[in-house]
Amino acid sequence: MTDTSNFTTRSIQIAFIAIMVGIWYFVTKTGSISPLFLPPLDSVWATFVRLVQTNAFWSSVRLTLWTIAQAWVIAVVLGIVVGYFVTRSKFLTEVFEPVIASTFAIPLTLLFPLFILMFGIGPASKVAYAATYGFFPVALNTIAGLSSVDERYLRSARSMGASSLDTFRHVLFPAAFPVILTGLRVSFFISFASVLGGETLSSAAGIGKNIALAAELMEPARMYAWIVFVICITVTLNFVVSAIENRRREY
Amino acid sequence: MAVTHAGASPRPSQGLFSGMSRRSRVTWTRWGVFIALLIAWEIYGQTLANPRLISGPSAIVHALFTEILPDSQIVSAIIQSFWEVIVAYVLSIVIGVALGLAIGWGNFTRRSFYPIVLLLYAIPQVILLPLFVLIFGIGPACKIAFGVSHGFFPILVNVIAGMRNVNPLYLRGAKSMGGTSLDIARHVYFPHMVPSLFTGLRLGMTMTLLGVILAELYVSIQGIGYWTKVFAETFDPAPLFALIVILALMAIILNELVRVAERRFTRWRTQQH
Repeated sequence: MTDTSNFTTRSIQIAFIAIMVGIWYFVTKTGSISPLFLPPLDSVWATFVRLVQTNAFWSSVRLTLWTIAQAWVIAVVLGIVVGYFVTRSKFLTEVFEPVIASTFAIPLTLLFPLFILMFGIGPASKVAYAATYGFFPVALNTIAGLSSVDERYLRSARSMGASSLDTFRHVLFPAAFPVILTGLRVSFFISFASVLGGETLSSAAGIGKNIALAAELMEPARMYAWIVFVICITVTLNFVVSAIENRRREY
Repeated sequence: MAVTHAGASPRPSQGLFSGMSRRSRVTWTRWGVFIALLIAWEIYGQTLANPRLISGPSAIVHALFTEILPDSQIVSAIIQSFWEVIVAYVLSIVIGVALGLAIGWGNFTRRSFYPIVLLLYAIPQVILLPLFVLIFGIGPACKIAFGVSHGFFPILVNVIAGMRNVNPLYLRGAKSMGGTSLDIARHVYFPHMVPSLFTGLRLGMTMTLLGVILAELYVSIQGIGYWTKVFAETFDPAPLFALIVILALMAIILNELVRVAERRFTRWRTQQH
């Protein structure tokens, strides 16, 4: 059962966002809130316009996106490989699946100081941290997907002389693909948040570092400009991903 | 769901495992792997590893009893973070359930506001961490607030999802028999929401822990963040590992408590079916 939006509910959603922005505009105009906590809307906008014209802005964005991409690729490859080997027997799945699932319930942020210690404050520690976090949803969904493939497909593939690589490529992977895809999506957004988080906690450069730095230097307009930028990226990414998923479902 | 595997041949009974039930074989293998990993880590820590970056398990246990537990400042920082998690979790439950009831009550409010909730849930909240410190300072208030901002979302989302799945016939029946809003919440929504609510509570605990620990690590001049910074900057890995082990144990115990409560309160449901 899914909710469909109609004209009325859409207008309420838009009105809600408009009212929020309106409140932001008026409380800062009347001075009932300190500009340190919430700077005026127009000064955030002016700062944002100035920010996107600088080279430093785009090099920070490039660095963060590149870090996310590296972390995600490592998480996906490791997750699928581990998921594949764990599902090679029912026994192994029973041994390792609960361990992987309950490790994922611990806040792995705890390990962040270790990554800083081992990899320094450069991008490498964020790649390691985000890849560790992003590994779990891929591995868990790969295990779930591969262990629910109908055995008749596997038996017929083997009886027709398929090697294990053939079986993986033509039977296991396509059958498990929708579940694995969910893991890839969750993993991407976790890697995204982890890289930003790692940069905020301890870093030399990147988007998260810029937000933390603006806060430390008491420049709220610049901090809000960065925050609004990240929110815009997230919302856009979410719309793109759900559009792709809807197309796939229709297909 | 046909759960089968490529190598699904029945395992031949081996010497070590013969006469054991499948369940205890699984448990013993798990412990065996865990102990083997600990031994490998210990050997690596004593031979190849750079002692300024990695410590073996024995050095960590040693540091735990000689450096962490005798230091009253570190112990009080750990206890403080434990209370932050508890307070943040209780607030998350109150806010999540109250907002969830308000949004999930009617079809119209849900269809209007649920998409906004999902949109806000998708934003990586860690970018707001410096703002939280700016508003709430560096003390426990900031960590509790950040824990709540992480913890209440999964509870809210699952309460709304649980309410959506209540059969409208029951609601109409309760209303036609003169049930008040409170009666409907108590006798119709809550019993039907239990499984979904507990999914939310379980995720909420994981997220509250994440929020509190993120804030603890970010504030590096007080609390746990200060000590992790000190140990990392002086390249002293053993106490750092030990501190992380204690916090991980705290997280595991809190997660398990929620899981035990979930099993206890959802048992009647599975027995019915």
